[in-house]
Amino acid sequence: MSELAFFIDYSRCIGCRACVQACEECDTHRGVSMIHLETIRRADTVQTAPQVCMHCEDPICARVCPADAIKQTPDGVTQSALKPRCIGCSNCVLACPFGVPKYFGAIDQMMKCDYCYDRTSAGKRPMCATVCPSQALAFTTREEIERKRQGTAINLWKFGGEVVRTKISVIVPSGVSEIRIGESALSRAGGPAGATEDVAVLLGEI
Amino acid sequence: MAKLPAPLSQIVDRFGPHTKGVPAGGWAPIGEPDRFVKTHCCFCGQQCGIQLKVKDNRVVGFEPWEDFPFNAGKLCPKGVKRYMQDEHPDRLRSPLERVEGEGFRPVSWDLALDRTAKEIRRIQERYGDDAFAVLTGASLTNEKAYLMGKFARVAVRTANIDYNGRLCMVSAAAASKKVFGIDRSANPWSDIPKAKAILVAGANVADCAPITTDYLWQARENGAKIIVLDPRMTPIARTVDLFIPVRPGGDIGIFNGMLHVMIERGWVDREFISEHTTGFEKVEESVRKYTPEYAGRIAGVPPAMIVKAAEIWGPAETSFLLHARGIEHHSKGVENCMAAINLVVATGRIGREGCGYAMITGQGNGQGAREQGQKCDQLPGGRDIENPDHRRFIAEVWGVPEESIPHKGLSAVPLLEAVHAGKIKGLLLICFNPMVSLPDQNFIREALEKLEYFAVIDFFLSETARFADVVLPGSLMEEDEGTTTSVEGRVIHHRKAVEPPAGAREDWRIVCDLAARLGAGVKFPYGSPREIFEELRTASKGGVSDYFGITWEKIDAQKGVFWPCPSLDHPGTPRLYEGARFGHPDGRAHFQAVEWRPAAEEPDAEYPVILTTGRVVSQYLSGTQTRRIAGLMAQEPEPFCEIHPNLAARYGIEPDGFVSVESRRGSTVVRARIVRTIRPDTVFVPYHWPLARAANNCTIRAIDPVSNIPEFKICAVRISAAPRPDDAIARLPPEAGGIA
Ligand code: SF4
Ligand code: SF4
Ligand code: SF4
Repeated sequence: MSELAFFIDYSRCIGCRACVQACEECDTHRGVSMIHLETIRRADTVQTAPQVCMHCEDPICARVCPADAIKQTPDGVTQSALKPRCIGCSNCVLACPFGVPKYFGAIDQMMKCDYCYDRTSAGKRPMCATVCPSQALAFTTREEIERKRQGTAINLWKFGGEVVRTKISVIVPSGVSEIRIGESALSRAGGPAGATEDVAVLLGEI
Repeated sequence: MAKLPAPLSQIVDRFGPHTKGVPAGGWAPIGEPDRFVKTHCCFCGQQCGIQLKVKDNRVVGFEPWEDFPFNAGKLCPKGVKRYMQDEHPDRLRSPLERVEGEGFRPVSWDLALDRTAKEIRRIQERYGDDAFAVLTGASLTNEKAYLMGKFARVAVRTANIDYNGRLCMVSAAAASKKVFGIDRSANPWSDIPKAKAILVAGANVADCAPITTDYLWQARENGAKIIVLDPRMTPIARTVDLFIPVRPGGDIGIFNGMLHVMIERGWVDREFISEHTTGFEKVEESVRKYTPEYAGRIAGVPPAMIVKAAEIWGPAETSFLLHARGIEHHSKGVENCMAAINLVVATGRIGREGCGYAMITGQGNGQGAREQGQKCDQLPGGRDIENPDHRRFIAEVWGVPEESIPHKGLSAVPLLEAVHAGKIKGLLLICFNPMVSLPDQNFIREALEKLEYFAVIDFFLSETARFADVVLPGSLMEEDEGTTTSVEGRVIHHRKAVEPPAGAREDWRIVCDLAARLGAGVKFPYGSPREIFEELRTASKGGVSDYFGITWEKIDAQKGVFWPCPSLDHPGTPRLYEGARFGHPDGRAHFQAVEWRPAAEEPDAEYPVILTTGRVVSQYLSGTQTRRIAGLMAQEPEPFCEIHPNLAARYGIEPDGFVSVESRRGSTVVRARIVRTIRPDTVFVPYHWPLARAANNCTIRAIDPVSNIPEFKICAVRISAAPRPDDAIARLPPEAGGIA
């Protein structure tokens, strides 16, 4: 695997779902998309957030799997559940702090983003990050991200007492070194005037 | 004539739109395809590079084309799913003829073409040459656009040819021509990230030009300050430095107000103005009264926003203006654009690295399709159809007497008004779907019903083709070959990937066959689109949009060539106006003083709310292509009405409940989407759906006096909570205008 790494920048996402549409074009799970696009309170904001598997350094999904169906490759990619092993118990679905694996009843199996392993292991970029028109998803070198983007790319998450390091980094305001879930705002660029997206407030009507 | 030949549900059952969600050959892994064909997206004006995967003469998938400079592999969802059009069950595979009461029956090509030629001449003999009209599309390749212009004037001999770019780019084009003398984006997109101040006026790039967002974000990373003007908080507006939620129709207030402040504070480049421009005194005079307070009242925003915009734009070192339909779809669209462009010229920040402006092309070949002569007032090369020298030049290329070339004809909306008035009796239409895309749908349907003969060339039976007497099945982009001209002014090459399905034919062959039947065969001797391009090169030589130095080989070698490219050894012109040399004979930019005036229809007591229309990212234009792709339909299965909670509360409209949006012309009933991200005096409905779901039932036929673009972005409506519709149309599938 090359020097290329995966970065997410929520402040760039335009909610277009090109990532979702492209994910199902990948040969390993053709026809099923493994990336989720979350629409956050559409009534109040146009913010959206893409969610791929973060490829945790010590993946809890794999740790809780009773069938040892979730493998991690030597280069740190947590694979989707292996076909004959997965018993469809959904432990991983419940355990993953990012809500990534999904249980598919029709095949009685978990499936999730596997870093487009057929592509990335052959030096290509994942489908979602290649097509993402705003490059909210970027598959590039850390050096290039540091040169071309403001903010910092970090991969340290704290869920209460639980510390998770991930292969995938997210871009946050400079100076932030870890993400405490529930505390940090992920969006690095401050929105307009006090960050409200209520147009009536901007117009001074409320 | 043109009533539906069978009940609507029967036509929809047979011809769709139906959605297709599984590619040719199924979802099984494809492995290595037979070949990759490097080509371009068939949808919006950005014309992204893409590789189609072909196996057994079928398009079975795509692969990003990361070496293509504009999009470097990036695609929006439409581009990702475009390949699903191939082998679509709705594809027309035989010419069709209407049979009253029964629908359409397949007929032979000979019969369909003979009949069309005969009807053209019958109508012309009886009512005069101009009683037969041709309406075309801005999605056509340059070759086909050129061919259609020549076909109308040489084979049909009618003045009345126009195109659906009339609904899209013409205001931007006219404004640009007036100020700069050239109708093209001034800069390649690579200049955007180099600008320090960016003004995005009426351009919801996230939905309508998604790749452009990356260019804007790159600028933001480089420290640019960005201003966005839009009645809605769009995804790009969310994180920029200044979002101005302008009232639809109030844009001139912002632009003139900004210039007022800039003049006051000395932020205009007097030296540049005196050396390279004309007409600034008038502009200075006219903006004097646009104080922030007055301008703010016009624009419906706090005056402080206008001051802040001027503070960002005025003193910047480098700057870039982008504008699109939001300021152009108005009965003062040309003036809106000119007022915006004045901000560029007044600062002299044009024609240099990181300094310039761009008009965002909406339709696939919105740029090229208008240059090569399918506009009612233009001959190839961007030539003026009323200019005797231009006429003589083209007459020579075509080998016809100059006086045989008709003069300026009617543009799209007046053309359909002439159909409605019974002055135009016959129509040939290619790649245009007025039964979704034109304003005032009831009127348009009435017009179509009055035609004595109506022929349509298209690959699906569009909402409009349902009214035709004869339908001629044409080809998809990847079934033909040719060039288009992208948003940047870059001429690119669409390669053929597969053959058209049996029974369908390449559009250019259909048109040449018709020309032969009209007795003009010798003028249309083409054996391939390349031969048409060779003639186009000559016809554009010496014109404003000069393609003479462009060859298909050069396009392939350079990954596109920017026009003007006047000679074979010329590399093309990515950036116009370098050295402040403008396109007018005097070499100067011509300032245009602009006064604000109200829209054709402003809200009043009876119709108190403003309706504005636009797009969603998953649909393209009238949706006749994208509503047939299941993945895209899943993103936004039906249109909706965005309403601010304050406004919704006043009318008792509930989230996800249905709302009736009604104007003096018609109404649409769609689901309510109650969001704080829109002005409380304005509602928004996307326009891609037909029939009872059509936003254009409500819009107004008012047009800009110069560009003749319709006022899609503002009309007066009233809104009310409505029950879920349960009529025959509501029960159609959502892609056909039903309710999910
Ligand atoms: S993000 Fe979830 S699914 Fe992915 S490796 Fe971590 S725990 Fe497993
Ligand atoms: S493709 Fe990119 S911008 Fe579009 S939804 Fe996905 S992450 Fe967001
Ligand atoms: S629709 Fe436009 S932005 Fe989307 S892939 Fe096609 S050309 Fe690119």
